[in-house]
Amino acid sequence: MIPVKFDYLAPTSVEEALAALGEHGDEAKIMAGGQSLLPVLRMRLNAPEVVIDLGGIDSLRGIRDDGDAIVIGAMTTHHDVREHALVREHALLISKAVAEVADSQIRHRGTFGGALAHADPAGDLGAPALALGAQFVIAGPGGSRTVEADDFFVDLFETAIGEDEILTEVRIPKHTGWGAHYEKFVRVAHQWPIVAVAATVRGSIDEARVGLTNMGSTPLRARATEAALAGASATEDGVREASQLAAEGTNPPTDLNGASDYRKHLARVLTGRAVLKAAGA
Amino acid sequence: MKIELTVDGAAVSDDVEPRMLLVQYLREKLGKTGTVIGCDTSNCGACTVHLDGTSVKSCNVLAVQAGGRTVTTIEGLADTVEGDLHPVQESFRECHGLQCGFCTPGMIMQAVDLLKENPNPSEEEVRLGMEGNLCRCTGYHNIVKSVLHAAGGGAA
Ligand SMILES: Cc1cc2nc3c(=O)[nH]c(=O)nc-3n(C[C@H](O)[C@H](O)[C@H](O)COP(=O)(O)OP(=O)(O)OC[C@H]3O[C@@H](n4cnc5c(N)ncnc54)[C@H](O)[C@@H]3O)c2cc1C
Ligand code: FES
Ligand code: FES
Repeated sequence: MIPVKFDYLAPTSVEEALAALGEHGDEAKIMAGGQSLLPVLRMRLNAPEVVIDLGGIDSLRGIRDDGDAIVIGAMTTHHDVREHALVREHALLISKAVAEVADSQIRHRGTFGGALAHADPAGDLGAPALALGAQFVIAGPGGSRTVEADDFFVDLFETAIGEDEILTEVRIPKHTGWGAHYEKFVRVAHQWPIVAVAATVRGSIDEARVGLTNMGSTPLRARATEAALAGASATEDGVREASQLAAEGTNPPTDLNGASDYRKHLARVLTGRAVLKAAGA
Repeated sequence: MKIELTVDGAAVSDDVEPRMLLVQYLREKLGKTGTVIGCDTSNCGACTVHLDGTSVKSCNVLAVQAGGRTVTTIEGLADTVEGDLHPVQESFRECHGLQCGFCTPGMIMQAVDLLKENPNPSEEEVRLGMEGNLCRCTGYHNIVKSVLHAAGGGAA
């Protein structure tokens, strides 16, 4: 199907994009890679009057080293994030998870910021961003502000980004030398996970961070498992025991892909696998 | 909206509605029906073309987003090399990498991209690299064989 008619704006700076958003308000929709937005428009689930394409804003693309963090521009494609040496070195979990997003063609267009702003609870990048304590830099009419990962994901398809704001970059605190694994459970290739687990560990195991995908309306941290893993040894039995706590406090959906209880079971099993692989055990 | 771009080596310019998809533009405005539409959800990959040298699903890109860029479709692929056919096309013929042929343009365009990034893929890497392309006839074995054959022949 073809989208409803809209006007197309292609600003070349964040200021211009913000001005266009300010002018058109809730009639406008931001487009990043368009890989989620265009399907939505084509199915006519949404019909904005104006589409503001961020593709012409070069400053939003790229990855840089910023001391204790790496900074990923919102418009950096999944493909470029995956390939980047800084990401592999300091945020291995992101490299691993981004490789599991969709397929090659979609990774060439879809963007890091677009996927996080879209906030699909089944999206693969939310849980790793949460687990690594990412900070979201959001530009608005009054300047820029930074939102912690814990406050960024608000609900299903809803983030802390306001209607007049744009996500410009994501800061990922360096986790240099941490092992990582993203364990994604799907029934068919190149699809969203039924459940996935993002795990990253220091040593084996001094500290652990575990994020859960599709276990609620937002990405979640498996905090009880993290606490149980700290200082534990990376043996199969020890990790499996800590993983039994992975579904604590979650409220996963029941849908065609599985019941809530089944998802809780998956979370426990996948957490065990993810942590063991992250620890290189 | 006015767009100017290069498609299969030729400079083209047109006035298009912003909502026009790249695949529609190629098929309906330029008559390049070699690029096909197989789904409504951007899952199947039949519409795969190269935008500035990398593979994209042309049903999930607006024609206006291709303005100022270079598009290569299955129809222009052979012109990018010496000889009548691109080596990947040749391999699909050699290994019989098709049944009804509907998915083939997308399969070939994605295979070319895959081999550009990874000239010597394992079978597993071919299967993963082609995961965004579905074959309704499920002739995957020969498709994978074709890609591996092309790699062996130094294509890409
Ligand atoms: C067939 C298919 C399979 C897929 N499989 C997966 C999968 O397995 N896992 C997965 O995680 N994803 C998957 N995706 C989605 C893909 O990851 C998209 O790239 C991503 O969700 C959106 O990124 P985008 O850059 O294309 O954003 P767009 O589609 O352009 O935008 C998405 C939304 O975010 C808003 N937005 C975008 N950027 C900004 C910004 N900078 N500031 C404020 N708002 C913004 C837009 O207004 C829009 O509402 C799939 C998509 C398709 C079509
Ligand atoms: S027609 Fe584009 S992916 Fe199916
Ligand atoms: S050969 Fe028929 S769809 Fe692939």
